[in-house]
Amino acid sequence: MSVATDEIHETHDPHRPATVGSLIREYVAKLRGGDVGSLPAVLGLVALVIGFSTARPETFTKAFNFGNLIQQSAGVTIIAMGLVFVLLLGEIDLSAGYTAGVSAAVMCSLLVEHDWPTPLAILACLVTGMVIGTFIGLIVSRLGVPSFVVTLAMFLALQGVMLVIIGEKGSIDSGEFVAKLNAETIAVWLGIVVAAVLVVIYAVSTFLTNRRRRRHGLTSQPMLLWALKSGFLALLVGLIVYYLSIERSPNAHIKSIKGVPIALLILIGLALALSFLLGRTKWGSHVYAVGGNAEAARRAGINVKMIQLSCFMLNSTVAAVGGIMLASYSGGVNNVTGGQTTLLYAVGAAVIGGTSLFGGKGRVIDALIGGTVVAVIANGMGLMNQPDRTKYIVTGLVLLVAASVDAISRRRAAATGRV
Amino acid sequence: MSSGEPLLELRGVHKSFGVVHVLQGVDLTVRPGRVTALVGDNGAGKSTLIKGIAGIHPFDEGHYAFEGEPVHVKGPRDANELGIEVVYQDLALCDNLDVVHNMFLGRELTKSGTVDEDTMESRARETLNGLSVRTLQSVRTHVAALSGGQRQTVAIARAVLWNSKLVILDEPTAALGVAQTEQVLKLVRRLADRGLGVILISHNLNEVFQVADDIAVLYLGQMVAQVDAATTNRERIVQAITTGKLSEGDAA
Repeated sequence: MSVATDEIHETHDPHRPATVGSLIREYVAKLRGGDVGSLPAVLGLVALVIGFSTARPETFTKAFNFGNLIQQSAGVTIIAMGLVFVLLLGEIDLSAGYTAGVSAAVMCSLLVEHDWPTPLAILACLVTGMVIGTFIGLIVSRLGVPSFVVTLAMFLALQGVMLVIIGEKGSIDSGEFVAKLNAETIAVWLGIVVAAVLVVIYAVSTFLTNRRRRRHGLTSQPMLLWALKSGFLALLVGLIVYYLSIERSPNAHIKSIKGVPIALLILIGLALALSFLLGRTKWGSHVYAVGGNAEAARRAGINVKMIQLSCFMLNSTVAAVGGIMLASYSGGVNNVTGGQTTLLYAVGAAVIGGTSLFGGKGRVIDALIGGTVVAVIANGMGLMNQPDRTKYIVTGLVLLVAASVDAISRRRAAATGRV
Repeated sequence: MSSGEPLLELRGVHKSFGVVHVLQGVDLTVRPGRVTALVGDNGAGKSTLIKGIAGIHPFDEGHYAFEGEPVHVKGPRDANELGIEVVYQDLALCDNLDVVHNMFLGRELTKSGTVDEDTMESRARETLNGLSVRTLQSVRTHVAALSGGQRQTVAIARAVLWNSKLVILDEPTAALGVAQTEQVLKLVRRLADRGLGVILISHNLNEVFQVADDIAVLYLGQMVAQVDAATTNRERIVQAITTGKLSEGDAA
């Protein structure tokens, strides 16, 4: 069974230009090796969009619904992005939803009941998240209590804290500025400019990196792959921005709605910042190392406890940002903000996107893709007038499929990985 | 054959875990350019000895000198700074990272705040080439996809990447097939030929006599003897390992 070949056949010869065929072969080989990445999520997303578009062509495909979908899912998707850091370590945070809720409640209370200036109240919201994350992180990393138990306890406790802050009224308004964050759009021209700048920065920077690496004889992306990726990105971003730039208000004469939602800008900005942290910094490399083999990381001199603590802190701080979006979407906080399905959808989003529950594998962008899948299911089922019960069953099954894909691809990688 | 000053000198080191007195006054001398094999039965204290040298579980007491200077090694970082690297039996590699990131694990190079992938990749390649490693073609392969021998190669290459002076190998061939064992042993020999001090832990005496210059025998936490491999033979070493006594005519 085990053939002792000692060669790694480099699938791509750097000196020979790649062809579309060779790129596809390379990709298929990667998939067969068990490295499926976010492909299942992307395929699932395509299938869902086609399905709902056929079933509800008059509502689902409307630009209005598309804009709405982004705003609906912003909170959950942001929480999912934070969760990636915890999941990468093979840990879990079951309290992220209520961390979002409590942080948002602190912010709303300070804004509305104590007349704090908006920037300070938002800062207080983020600090609240960070404090919660520090608390969880310290207990997990110093006392060694499993994160599942710590955050399960926090799930309950934070729910109580939120009720204390909200008080007997049952809800607190979010105030004008915060309400706008997840409701307003930016000017159409600004959306186009931002999109163009992002695409150009991506294309130029990857081109320069590739050229530099090729000059130094290092591994680099084939030109063709670069061109395909940049082209695809431009097309995708172009389509999204075009669609969002159409007038989508049902009553345009009363209130016009067009342009890129502020929520999308926040999502993309946060995704870029977090991806940079994870992919480019030494700290990010250490997060992957601890997730892959904590003992190896410890022996290599990496401060494993510090990495754990910082991941929990970051996760909860990002959850607080998600809380702002949740509060903004519903115009305030009430006793279910961050509760109900928020956490389940957020964990689901990260896992559906391709983040492994076993740790060591996952990217921030996966949460964005997975979050979109979850949002499309919820939104599409809603438009089909399906009751919550059906929605829950379907989302649950999708999560189950995603987790199974993760487990199977891991087995596959283990079986084919070692020659 | 002996090449001057000892690189590492341990005199009377002790280590206890709770009530278990694992190392009871062990002496060890390692010279540069020589492979020193550390042999002994299970439980003799081999792993504890190297963990003490590497600072994973620092010694309780005893004299520890490196390049003639007394030093205090209280953690893995201290040992690394002296130029001591350990290749563990279970390799301590991260499967989810590529060869480059594994070689720089915990010591990634940075340039203006971000990980300097370019320099890391070219240095990893240089080091592998310097060790005449031809079995790895892409340094961007994830370690999960490598064979046992290749993984061992990566682990050893990581140890020499840092201009290290002493490399400690804990049973590097235990899980390997015949051909791969041969490759790894050649690599071990090459390290010593480059002037590094090498400590090799092994249960396989054929291997020991094939590559080692010195043989140190541990028996129940005590050093039986440290002898020149050329002046002894297999039977005497086996006897020393099992009885704790080295027969006459073999004094170091």
